[in-house]
Amino acid sequence: MAKKRTLAVVTGISGRLGQLLVRRLHRLEGWQVIGIDRRAFGRRPADVEHLRIDIRRKACEDLFRTHRVDVVFHLGLMHDPRKDTGEHHTWNILGTQQILEFAQRHGVPKVVILSTGDVYGPQSDNPAFISEDAPLMAAQRFPAMRDLIAVDMYAQSFFWKFPEIETVVLRPVHILGGVRNAASNYLRLPRLPVLFGFDPMVQVLHEEDAVSAIQMAARPGVRGVFNVTGPQALPLRKLVEVAGKPTIELPHVVLPGLLHRMFQFRFAEFPAAELDYIRYAATLDGSRAQDVLRWQPRYGVRDAVRAALRADVFDGAVPERTPGSIR
Amino acid sequence: MPLSDYLQHLDHLRQFTQTVSQELVAWSAPEKRATLLERVAKEASEGASEFLAPLLDGSWRTPPDEVERRIRHLLDAKSLSEFGTDPFGYAPDSIRSVLPLLEFLHRVWFRAEVHDVHRVPAGRCLVIANHSGQLPFDGAVIGGALLLDRDPPRMPRSMVEKFATGLPLTGTWFLRWGQVTGLPDNCRRLLDNDECVLVFPEGARGISKPFRERYKMTAFGHGFLRLALETNTPIVPVAVVGAEEQTINLYDVKVLAKLLHMPACPVTPLMPLLGPLAMLPAPVKYRVYFGEPLRFEGDANDDEAVIAPKVATVRAAIQAMLERGLAERRGWYI
Repeated sequence: MAKKRTLAVVTGISGRLGQLLVRRLHRLEGWQVIGIDRRAFGRRPADVEHLRIDIRRKACEDLFRTHRVDVVFHLGLMHDPRKDTGEHHTWNILGTQQILEFAQRHGVPKVVILSTGDVYGPQSDNPAFISEDAPLMAAQRFPAMRDLIAVDMYAQSFFWKFPEIETVVLRPVHILGGVRNAASNYLRLPRLPVLFGFDPMVQVLHEEDAVSAIQMAARPGVRGVFNVTGPQALPLRKLVEVAGKPTIELPHVVLPGLLHRMFQFRFAEFPAAELDYIRYAATLDGSRAQDVLRWQPRYGVRDAVRAALRADVFDGAVPERTPGSIR
Repeated sequence: MPLSDYLQHLDHLRQFTQTVSQELVAWSAPEKRATLLERVAKEASEGASEFLAPLLDGSWRTPPDEVERRIRHLLDAKSLSEFGTDPFGYAPDSIRSVLPLLEFLHRVWFRAEVHDVHRVPAGRCLVIANHSGQLPFDGAVIGGALLLDRDPPRMPRSMVEKFATGLPLTGTWFLRWGQVTGLPDNCRRLLDNDECVLVFPEGARGISKPFRERYKMTAFGHGFLRLALETNTPIVPVAVVGAEEQTINLYDVKVLAKLLHMPACPVTPLMPLLGPLAMLPAPVKYRVYFGEPLRFEGDANDDEAVIAPKVATVRAAIQAMLERGLAERRGWYI
């Protein structure tokens, strides 16, 4: 009989990063992959199983009962301030709690959680190199970050509670590519808003580099929290220059109040607190990932920006209407 | 505001009016008045000629090829990315555009007299100076000495008050010009990178002290010395004489400062006339003294009691140079 193939469970498989990860695990490594995502999976390889259910549902546990899972990649976190906060909160916190609980109960040896580098939060008095043990301050000015911080902390306590499981928490900087996240969406705007008098240092990461970090985190022996940083930080306005787009200079004095009201009534696309990300820096120290994970970014800033501006952005995943969300 | 605070403010105000009236009485004595007039005349004529000379013969500007050589030296740093900045946001290229202003301040406005700048070694070092003058022009002049007078030039990376790096425009400019948010972690990384870090251990307390306390250094923080021990960095003590008189702080309106989230809110004599412009420095003459590098050994995590004498050694070195500078000078403007 052939050796059992490594079995990976990937939550959020229909997202861009999920699909890129599956392509690598399945096609290149020959792993068996089962995905969990309530969204449809566009170009699904024939032998990749897809459980199209909500991760909060108990039915997910069946998957762990009937299979011997080797790795869980938890990529299915939600960060969309436009969604209903209650829905957002239970999705992230209950979803994570549930997945980790199943992994523990059914003896999964490895769990990789994709958190975000945004948990530290932009502030004028941030150090230039934020290390993994820095406090997670993002919710101080941006309450919608609360549940992502809670998830990250929950994953850390899981790491300490169950030493027999290799838990890895990844905190990547702004991922650029065919993903739908704030940073990539920002670069896709026809004119890029910048704040008058501010030009923070920013860090970006090519989606392929992000996925290779996720993949390398699954190697046996790797555990702990890792900041994942790409090429060296650069000023925001240089990034905009690379994107080759015109800017709009916005005055910061009146803007937050105005934008806050507009967002409340859905006239604005993003909440005022997100302005802090183009105002102050939150640059991470990625040396731990490079020393311990032995991961190195392969793509430069220009490649990452090009990837975000490419046409095949909304590859695969079909956005879902959920009862709680207002669109 | 609690009553005790209120009474304390009243008491400060009372003390302040008392000092002013005493000074006025002292200066209006006939013999004092004569010498004062004489002094003003002398300082005005000598100061003005020293001010005008570099402007008239053009010697305040560095020749273009010399500027280019110095900038190229700064651009040689290994920590620069393809976009021309280091991880802290320092862009040596941006110095080119601000250099004329720095030259003007250094050679014309403050006519800085720099002593022994070559005592600043190559490699990692901590430059420790007294802080004064309400606005940090002392930092700019020390920067002028290291960039324009030292050969090869060094960019001092100052540890800047958190308040300042968060401001629009100035905050961004500071970072581009190599200044860094004043955090121990930032300092440690810069020293590990063999940079020259400028620290004013008196901080905001020192720079915003009232005029009557001029040249009396306030207490030094101990952080710089712990970092020097940790990273095995030599300390170069620096004394700046002259900055205390550039902006005369008669009274610090603490309530207003708190309200505006500023470290201090000084009132100067010309404020009724000029408003906020009165914060700009008078063209006093700066004297900058660089001391012999000091090296310390020991455990960076030792008790305050062990660190304090080492800090006192640095402070005493600066104090001695301050006294020398005060003895050497003939007036505020010459």
